[in-house]
Amino acid sequence: MTLIGGAGPQNERTGLYSRYARRYARLVTMPTTASAVPAHGLADVTASDSTLRRFLHGLPGVDTVGLEARAASLGTRSIKTTAKAYAIDLAISMVDLTTLEGADTPGKVRALGAKAVRPDPTDRATPATAAVCVYPDMVPAAKAAVAGSGVKVASVATAFPAGRASLAVKLADVREAVTAGADEVDMVIDRGAFLAGNYMKVYDEIVAVREACGTSARLKVIFETGELSTYDNIRRASWLGMLAGADFIKTSTGKVAVNATPANTLLMLEAVRDFRAQTGVQVGVKPAGGIRTTKDAIKFLVLVNETAGGDWLDNHWFRFGASSLLNDLLMQRQKLATGRYSGPDYVTVD
Amino acid sequence: MSDQNRLSVFKTYKLYVGGKFPRSESGRVYEVTDAKGKWLANAPLSSRKDARDAVVAARKAFGGWSGATAYNRGQILYRIAEMLEGRRDQYVAEVADAEGLSKSKAGLQVDAAIDRWVWYAGWTDKIAQVVGGGNPVAGPFFNLSSPEPTGVVAVLAPQESSFLGLVSVVAPVIATGNTAVVVASEKAPLPALSLSEVLATSDLPGGVVNILSGRTAEIAAPLASHQDVNAIDLAGADETLAKELEIAAADNLKRVLRPQPVDGGGWSTTPGTDRMTAFLETKTVWHPTGALGASGSSY
Repeated sequence: MTLIGGAGPQNERTGLYSRYARRYARLVTMPTTASAVPAHGLADVTASDSTLRRFLHGLPGVDTVGLEARAASLGTRSIKTTAKAYAIDLAISMVDLTTLEGADTPGKVRALGAKAVRPDPTDRATPATAAVCVYPDMVPAAKAAVAGSGVKVASVATAFPAGRASLAVKLADVREAVTAGADEVDMVIDRGAFLAGNYMKVYDEIVAVREACGTSARLKVIFETGELSTYDNIRRASWLGMLAGADFIKTSTGKVAVNATPANTLLMLEAVRDFRAQTGVQVGVKPAGGIRTTKDAIKFLVLVNETAGGDWLDNHWFRFGASSLLNDLLMQRQKLATGRYSGPDYVTVD
Repeated sequence: MSDQNRLSVFKTYKLYVGGKFPRSESGRVYEVTDAKGKWLANAPLSSRKDARDAVVAARKAFGGWSGATAYNRGQILYRIAEMLEGRRDQYVAEVADAEGLSKSKAGLQVDAAIDRWVWYAGWTDKIAQVVGGGNPVAGPFFNLSSPEPTGVVAVLAPQESSFLGLVSVVAPVIATGNTAVVVASEKAPLPALSLSEVLATSDLPGGVVNILSGRTAEIAAPLASHQDVNAIDLAGADETLAKELEIAAADNLKRVLRPQPVDGGGWSTTPGTDRMTAFLETKTVWHPTGALGASGSSY
């Protein structure tokens, strides 16, 4: 039995979970202290290392062939004319305009902020992007650049992109970003601990970062799917992140060879859909890295609509982590508006 | 095995975009006939998306091609002539079919086309001396003008002269460092599509020349209005189409080369430098010569 395809009837899915509930129920002891994690139906699976492991390994295995076939078939939809115009505007409003380079300067961040607020100065009807995404030390510059607009400032943190630092360093990183005014924090999980099977360590870290974010910042948890090596691991990481209180689950840092693919994003969309069905808590998804063309972006929007549903078609629940994507979206938008193919001379050079 | 039993192998003519041989994105083809109306082959009927893809490929190739030394470009153009010489018989047959010429007349056309490649190959590193150079200025400066390629040039190949005419419009564009999106003759596209096989094997970087076949008016319209095309050569457009395209091209201030009468459509006379200079822009730089010293001259 599998969750792939999203075609499974509702009772089949709930049946699935009650079976897991039965399987691990004997092992669960209710926590004696109050947990920081919001109470939901799955709170007790994180009571101890063994229950967490039992739960994550009890998740149904991923049908790789089915998943990839489903992602590929959803990528063949033809989106044209008015639907395309809607999709392009929606995609622009979902972009987390990102610059994560060692060579970032305050000037570059300011330019990026100006672009995020008004992506196409020649057409004021163009929506603003969702956020700018920068390193923590650039948050004040970004904040100033987008002041007065609805554009958020997201900051990567926790020793991005490797995540190889002590918890104290990671938390200090997060606090600095939040103090500087970041509206969103993009953390990376400890892939080493995850791959070693030390799920509780990963979980505790996410919970600690969640606490450090306080109430003002939303937390995006980056799994770096390209380093998790199997789809089963991506599914486990997704559930682990959501159990720990992530507001968003994000595919990757954009710093490794394999970034967001339709298949791994589809898998995460299924996870957030099932998580909401199980607990009532909605979690956002952010594919990042490798999405460069309008065509790709629209494929992802089709995945969202067909998997998680229309509730996620909003920049509060779905984002694109990208930089060059925005220029392609703008060129396509200009093409739709004028009927002429546009060129890179008519968008900014980042 | 006797010759009667052998099934002939038909050639699938394909587009040439970015150094690859794709079919039309639209999946369409049209029938190409010889001068008497006998079917020759199916050629791809390109759509505006093929045109867009070709422009992307040409833009990508522009940096490398315009940055290559003129000497290197000349070597590559000469190499194209060498390759054509080796496949002369094929082109003679195709030109004879396409234009309804006798073998000997078609042979003359192909020879002239090969010679034209050699002629333009020689020009690559000489055009700068002819149209550029030092300018005398009143001040302690060197003032130098140098011709620079315009960028991506859309070329509508002549309709009647399917091979010599094609070479005569494509070679000058790439000799000067531009990259080209070529719309082959609508009626006789096969020599142009076969030329791409030579271009692909002559060290010419992929994307420098992109060849599309199909309805000239259909492909030319998006190319003329395309914001990322820098110039358009209207050699293959009739009067009404040329006017429409010129209006569309005005939108982003494209350079337009209007259709010009070329010795009655024969393209046989030596062309001169006009087709090269049409797609060159002049860059002028000022460079200080240094302090003039007490004598008023630094020399």
